[in-house]
Amino acid sequence: MLSRASQLENQLDDFFDKVVVATLIFRNSLELYLNHGICDEYREKLREVETIESKADQLRRDIEVALYHHTLIPELRSDVLALLEEVDKLINRVEACLFKFEIEQPQFPEQHKESVRRLLQTVCECMDQIIYACRAFFRDQNSVKDYSAQVQWLESEADKLSTSLLRAVFRDEQLDLAQRIHLRYFVERIDDLANAAEDISDSLTIYAIKRGI
Amino acid sequence: MSMDISFLFFVSSGLFLGWSLGANDAANIFGTAVGTRMIRFITAATICSVFVLLGAVISGGGTSETIASFGGVNRIAGSFIVALAAALAVFFALRSGVTASTSQAIIGSLIGWNLYSSSVMDTELLLRILSTWVLCPLLAGIVAVLLTLIAERFLLWRRPHLLTQDALTRIALILTGALGAYALGANNIGNVMGVFVEVSPFRDIESGQFSLSATQQLFMLGGLAIAMGVFTYSRRVMMTIGNGVMDISPIAAWIIVCAHSIVLLMFSSRSLEQLLSDMNLPTLPLVPVSSSQAVIGALVGLALLKGGKAINWHTLKKISLGWLVTPASAALLSLTGLFLMEHIGEQPVYASSRYVISETGFNKLEQEGIETWRYRHLAGVEFHSPKAFINKIESYQPLSAQQRKQLLDIAYLSRFELNHQLYRNSHNWLSTEQWQAVQSLKNQQFSYRWQLRDALAALSPQWRYKPDTPHNRSANRQLQQQLTKLERLLEINPPHQ
Repeated sequence: MLSRASQLENQLDDFFDKVVVATLIFRNSLELYLNHGICDEYREKLREVETIESKADQLRRDIEVALYHHTLIPELRSDVLALLEEVDKLINRVEACLFKFEIEQPQFPEQHKESVRRLLQTVCECMDQIIYACRAFFRDQNSVKDYSAQVQWLESEADKLSTSLLRAVFRDEQLDLAQRIHLRYFVERIDDLANAAEDISDSLTIYAIKRGI
Repeated sequence: MSMDISFLFFVSSGLFLGWSLGANDAANIFGTAVGTRMIRFITAATICSVFVLLGAVISGGGTSETIASFGGVNRIAGSFIVALAAALAVFFALRSGVTASTSQAIIGSLIGWNLYSSSVMDTELLLRILSTWVLCPLLAGIVAVLLTLIAERFLLWRRPHLLTQDALTRIALILTGALGAYALGANNIGNVMGVFVEVSPFRDIESGQFSLSATQQLFMLGGLAIAMGVFTYSRRVMMTIGNGVMDISPIAAWIIVCAHSIVLLMFSSRSLEQLLSDMNLPTLPLVPVSSSQAVIGALVGLALLKGGKAINWHTLKKISLGWLVTPASAALLSLTGLFLMEHIGEQPVYASSRYVISETGFNKLEQEGIETWRYRHLAGVEFHSPKAFINKIESYQPLSAQQRKQLLDIAYLSRFELNHQLYRNSHNWLSTEQWQAVQSLKNQQFSYRWQLRDALAALSPQWRYKPDTPHNRSANRQLQQQLTKLERLLEINPPHQ
């Protein structure tokens, strides 16, 4: 019983490690994109994220099957499954975002790039914090609310940054309307990652309360 | 053969009571674990059955003395009805999906027997038993709250992974459940099968290292009935306990089972009583308490710690009502059953006993500090029921519960003979010195219990009671048990056959 638990714990850790690595690659890839546009290195990183995404999918399925097959954590099983699926969707969003950049290649004018970088940094921090919160749910549910508070703060920061970036883009006389709308789509796409993290943190706060004695 | 058929007939009510016990009390042990889906029903039922059986066969030697002294049912047909009434009361409670209390049902049933047979009820003991019906859930609640606080601290300190915590909780639930089942088998088999020991047709089996006494075989039969109850009917009650009163987490499930076992142990542990009395602390009465009450008490304690909002008061009210209805219906069923058995079945359900105070008996009473001058003229007058005897004496002088007991004991007239039959029985429950004293009374006869006791006390200090101090209580109780057993063995044509 204990060895099965420890095997599953390793699988869960592995799953969250994959999200952390995907976030790191996401940040590097967009930095690369802002500096050099689509290049071989970017495509290489995109393939890495694809592999991580499919491995994370497989891990999630294995964990779900094990939880149901051995009727583990019966009272929290559905919460854990929902959590894993939401986190898995976060990796999917990261992958999809990188794909969109590769396909549509939005052109950010030089004067806006710094704002995009700040938004990117805030969103990635937000995603890091949500993984800390997820890990805490399994080991130390009392600190879940601390991490959740940070996620909420970072998400609202990301909102402010994206709003001010969009305002700047739409006031930029040098950009035509099509370009402005194209850029808006990408800014919103990046900001959506922080929104998704916040949704996970909301659910997690409830799950953590249910985890008590 | 006719003995076997009558035995099978009479034992059937004991088996029914065993079945009810399995259906009801197993749910108390594994209900929270199965209700929270931590352990599958089939696993719980298997573990429970195996350990109940082991407990009954290995440690189920002693019948419940409190039950025996409260209602000494002295005819097999009476035992049959008492067991049947208790079993039916539990069964009806189970039918409505409520966890009943087997101990309560037995007490109710015995009250019915006492009333029907005009026996003198030991009101002091009854009050003590009734007080545990309040004390037991209260204590279980307190223990559950303490255990929760300790568990919370432990989890905060160790911070185990959710899955490790889950695995450890499962192991703890299985271990605690197995121990609980063992204790259930050991403590309750006496209630179920104890009254049939004397009419059992079983013979001791011995083959090399392996030996199984007749009593153990009988208890095994009772254990199997309990196991049948577990498998066939306990699921529904488990779900009531697991989910009916409030939603509980697996750790809470373990806390409840643990609190239940601790409280049951507190009410049955002689060592704890000794320890408390050595420390000059008040002791708990050693009476069979209801495991259902312990579980519900623990559940409510836990819920109140969390603010009390999670309790399903409707289910709780239904269960509490069951606690009143079960003993009351058992008493009614017992009364009706005894009446029917005696008048329609034409079977005697209780034996009339004779009470006569002899001149020496009066002296003995005076020695024990009971004033007798008001009813000295009753010397040699025979009474055929304990109630008639006590009523007569009380018309002259009011008596305390203790004095009533003493009077009944001293006036009980029978025949105690130290015959050859006795010496064929095993005597490993006596010390060598005690046995030598018994042997030196060979072929003697006594009309009163106290005469036999005095004769033994004169022969050996080991047959004498020590001064009644908390420290000596356990030794005196053991001596009392030995004397009761000896008297039952020596009594010629005792009423309980």
